[in-house]
Amino acid sequence: MADKKPAGKEDVDKYLKGDGLDSSREKEIGQHIGYRYDVNLVPDYNRLTPFLKKYLEVMGWDDLNWLEDVHMGYEEGRAAVFDRNINGWVTVPTDLKLPDNQQDRDMIARELLIKFQMSKKHPMVDLNKAYRKF
Amino acid sequence: MALRTQSHEMGMHTEKLSGRTQQRFFSPSEEENFTYPGAHDVDFNKRAEFDADKLSTSEINLKLRDLMRQGYGTIVMRNPGAKHAIAVGILNKLNLQIEGSLGYFGCGLIDGPNIHIKGRVGWSCAENMLAGTIVIEKNAGSTFGAAIRGGDLVCKGDVGARVGIDQKGGTIIVGGRCGAFCGFMMQRGRMVILGDAGKNLGDSMYDGTIYVGGKIAGLGVDAVPGEMNELDCQWMERKLKLYGLKAPNGIKNMTKIVAGKQLWNYDNLEPSEKKLIL
Repeated sequence: MADKKPAGKEDVDKYLKGDGLDSSREKEIGQHIGYRYDVNLVPDYNRLTPFLKKYLEVMGWDDLNWLEDVHMGYEEGRAAVFDRNINGWVTVPTDLKLPDNQQDRDMIARELLIKFQMSKKHPMVDLNKAYRKF
Repeated sequence: MALRTQSHEMGMHTEKLSGRTQQRFFSPSEEENFTYPGAHDVDFNKRAEFDADKLSTSEINLKLRDLMRQGYGTIVMRNPGAKHAIAVGILNKLNLQIEGSLGYFGCGLIDGPNIHIKGRVGWSCAENMLAGTIVIEKNAGSTFGAAIRGGDLVCKGDVGARVGIDQKGGTIIVGGRCGAFCGFMMQRGRMVILGDAGKNLGDSMYDGTIYVGGKIAGLGVDAVPGEMNELDCQWMERKLKLYGLKAPNGIKNMTKIVAGKQLWNYDNLEPSEKKLIL
C-alpha cells in the first residue's frame, strides 16, 4: 500500500543535511529527483500564524484555500518554497530559524510566499507591465 | 561503476536541471500587502447588481471588471443564460453571486474570488482555477475542475465524467455522484466524492488523494486504497462543514484512494528528457 509515511518518522532536516540522494537512480545521476516533501500532508490549523489569519480574513476565506498545497521544500540544500507564478523556488532567508516540524515550516513557507507574491519586487509585476492586454 | 563513469562522460553531473536562476531580493518585513500589486481595491460591503440577459460573454466579463475597478466587492449577476466562458480570469478578491446557470468553461483561470452559482454549470467549470472558492448548488458537466491548481471547487449535485482531470492542487468536492475517469492523471490536491464514483477512478494518478463516500464502480490503473488517518478526518470534517455537506455514512467510513506509484517512471528519464517535460 502506497500511502504517505506516518508523520514524525523522518528527520525533518534530512534535505538540509544530506544530498537527498536516496534511490539508486538518484545516486547514479548524482541529483535528487522529485518532490522533497509530502504533497499529501494536510495542514494543522492550530499552527496558523497571525499573518496568515489576517490574509484569510482579507480574502474572505474560512481556511487556507490554495495555501493548503503550499509546503516548505528544499532546493540545493536550502529551505525554500515553490512559487507557481514564476515556476521557481524562493529560498528562505538564511537567518530564519526553522521550527523542528514540517507543519510549522509549512506555515512559514505560506507566509513567505504570500509576502513575495504581493511584493512590488515580484517578477510578475514586470511581466504584467510588459504583456497585460486589458 | 561503468554506468557511473558513463554518466559523468555524458555531463549528467554538471548539467544544471533547475533552469536559469534569477536573483530577486525582497524583505519579508516590507510593507504588508495582501493582494496582488495592481489588483482592484474592492470592498465586500459595496454591492452591485446587474442583469446579464441581453449582454454578450465579452460584455459580461468587461462589466465585472468595470465594477471591480469601481470598488464593488460584492456583485450579483442575474440571468447569465448559460452563456459560455462567464466570469473568467478574475485575479481579484471578490464575492460574486450568479443567479442562474453557466455554459462551458465558466469561472476558468480565477485567482481569488468567492463565487456562488445558484444553477448548473456546463463542461470544464473552473478549469485551471488557482485560488478562491466556487460553490454550485445544482449539477455540473464533465471535466469539472480540469487542471485545477488551487482553491475549493464544490458542486452540491451530481457531476459528469473526468472530474479533476490533471488536477494539480486544490480541493474538489462533489456532493452527489460522479462519472468515469475522475481524478485521471491527478498530480496533487484532494478530491472528495460523497456519492458513488464511476469506473476507472484515479486512473494513472501520480499523487494526490481521493475520498469516496459511496460505491466505487472500479479503480483505474495504479489507483490503490489508502488508510484514513486522524488528520484526514479532521481536515474533511472542517471542509465539509464549511459548505454545509455531510458524508452519508460518516467520514471515518469513507474510502481513501491514493497513487500506487507503480507508474512513476520519471526516474528513468535522462536529464535532457526531464528538461523537455519541465
